[in-house]
Amino acid sequence: MEIEKYITSGVLELYVYGTLSEKESEEVYKVLKEYPEIEKEVEQIEKGLLQLSSAMAPYNPEKVYNRIKDQLNLSEDEKVIAIDQKRRNWHAYIGWAASVALLIGLVTQLNKNKELQQQVVDANIEQQLLEGKIDVAEKDLTKTKSLLNILRNKDIIQIPLQAQKVDPKAYAIVYWDKKNQIAYIDVAGLPTPPPGKVYQVWSLKLTPLTPTSLGVLDQFEEDENKIFALSNMNESEAFGITLEPKGGSKSPTLEQLYTLGAVES
Amino acid sequence: MQPTILIYQLQQKNEKAFQKIYEMYADNTFGVIYTIIRDKTISEEVLQDVFIKIWNNASSYSEKKGRFFTWILNIARNAAIDKTRSKSFKNSQKNQEAEYFVDILEEKNSFSQKTDAIGIKKYINALEPLCKKVIDLLFFKGFTQKEASEKLEIPLGTIKTRNRICINKLREILEV
Repeated sequence: MEIEKYITSGVLELYVYGTLSEKESEEVYKVLKEYPEIEKEVEQIEKGLLQLSSAMAPYNPEKVYNRIKDQLNLSEDEKVIAIDQKRRNWHAYIGWAASVALLIGLVTQLNKNKELQQQVVDANIEQQLLEGKIDVAEKDLTKTKSLLNILRNKDIIQIPLQAQKVDPKAYAIVYWDKKNQIAYIDVAGLPTPPPGKVYQVWSLKLTPLTPTSLGVLDQFEEDENKIFALSNMNESEAFGITLEPKGGSKSPTLEQLYTLGAVES
Repeated sequence: MQPTILIYQLQQKNEKAFQKIYEMYADNTFGVIYTIIRDKTISEEVLQDVFIKIWNNASSYSEKKGRFFTWILNIARNAAIDKTRSKSFKNSQKNQEAEYFVDILEEKNSFSQKTDAIGIKKYINALEPLCKKVIDLLFFKGFTQKEASEKLEIPLGTIKTRNRICINKLREILEV
């Protein structure tokens, strides 16, 4: 809603004049309740018109009020039934107390309503967040389940890779599905690589020592399971993992060999 | 301001609230009636009728339908226009020459109102003639945009913005 445009359209003046249709008036009312700036504008227009029309009165019609009162028989009975004065006051007090209580109640309800509306908004946001989380969790679960299925496959060869000098705590496991020519590298036991570096996985032939790169683990941090599938068509005799500059190297940097393990024959 | 609490009390037939409402709106209601009737005594009678209607029909007012000011304005205009159509009024008619509301300011010599009517008078005299007519028809006489456009022979689409400009000029001088 463009507030300024709405105000300058002139619809508010007609609203105060009372020349809009009932439906149009109700629409303006909804807008007023939503935009305090617009309500303020209406108040100002009304103030101007109140002054303008008051200036048209030939004089202050104070005396007319007494005639109205007489005609409506207002406050006449008060004088007549003077004995009832006390009781009447009681009624008045109760009436006042009731209206004050009602007002307080209304204000409280209004505030409560606002609060509840906010809570609904908050709950909606939270629900969206949770839905997102469930989605992610479900994807993770599917991935983990399929991994588990793979690892349970009896044809898979498990090759533990032992720590080397660089990091005595490091370890990794290769699950080699020879038939499908895939090596699953579990690197949960490796430290997060420093910036600009990646782990590179090598398939090794021992005599003579011939390394073949299976690939770099450039998604190391992103992958929660820390298990990577790499295709391996080699007749590997051992697997090794080295830390290499981003993008990987042509041949392994042996000073940065983290883990190494031979395939049992 | 909408006198919300007073309206609520009025709807509960609270006489004090009624009196307060009278104090707030009698002047301008009298002004609107007089603009249409142009006779002080008859205008007083109509004013009396209008406030009796306000007392009797207060419960039919709902903020959703419009401003309280507007509700009273409608009652006053309708009552005044009804009166001008009555036989007794037509017979007693004398001051029909004055056409627009501004003429009233010309006639007036004493101002007892709380508003600065002298200031308004000064300003309104400087208002464009078309502004005077637009405000007279739309506000004081309650014409629809269509009726006003036909009477003034100006395009329907320009009535609303023209009126806004006129009211803005008015508000400038009144500083509201």
